[in-house]
Amino acid sequence: MREYTLAAAAGVALAVVLEAAVLRTGMFGDRRYWTALAIVACFQLLVNGVLTCPPIVAYDPGQILGPRIACAPVEDLGFGFAMVTATLSLWRWTGRHPR
Amino acid sequence: MLGRSTYLALMAACVLVTLPLELVLRARVYARPRRWLASLLPVFLVFGVWDYLAIRRGHWSYSPRYTSGVRFLGGVLPLEEVVFFLVVPTCAILTYQAVRRLGPAGGRERPDPLDQERPDPRDQERR
Repeated sequence: MREYTLAAAAGVALAVVLEAAVLRTGMFGDRRYWTALAIVACFQLLVNGVLTCPPIVAYDPGQILGPRIACAPVEDLGFGFAMVTATLSLWRWTGRHPR
Repeated sequence: MLGRSTYLALMAACVLVTLPLELVLRARVYARPRRWLASLLPVFLVFGVWDYLAIRRGHWSYSPRYTSGVRFLGGVLPLEEVVFFLVVPTCAILTYQAVRRLGPAGGRERPDPLDQERPDPRDQERR
């Protein structure tokens, strides 16, 4: 079973649910989030290339779909999206709820 | 390549490359340490657990040639990954804040309605 594929898909779904249903900061309707996401994605490809081309991080071919971008499995894009989206959603939420 | 420091050097490069966003564009992420850490901590823990489980189940592995060899949680989680989960989300927040600073809807003159923290007096002085 391709566990990383499943985990990455679940990560994307959970990050979307965290913003859309739990924290609800309106981030998905904010262009600045999508702009930042696009910029971060470019740098992610760069960092992914450095990590996976040598490779510093090696993936089990049995746990991924197969297609790779800049040496890294496509699943990494899901991992990155989930991490960045969750982080920015929390950042926006903590801006609204200072303590 | 930098041998066993390679991965850590990459993380240091990420910190250095994004530092001007804080120092020049005044992203004000490091300047708000509590909010910064509060946003980071849940992500750090959840993705740390994901990483730990993925390594245990063999989804991915780390080259001993390019990593320090320092590992946590029973020799599973590399030091570099711990650093990664602090550095990369921080870079994302810095990028987002920089976009807010530069974008039409953000900027100094119009405080963001999301930001209910007290405005920084320096924001007014710098006008």
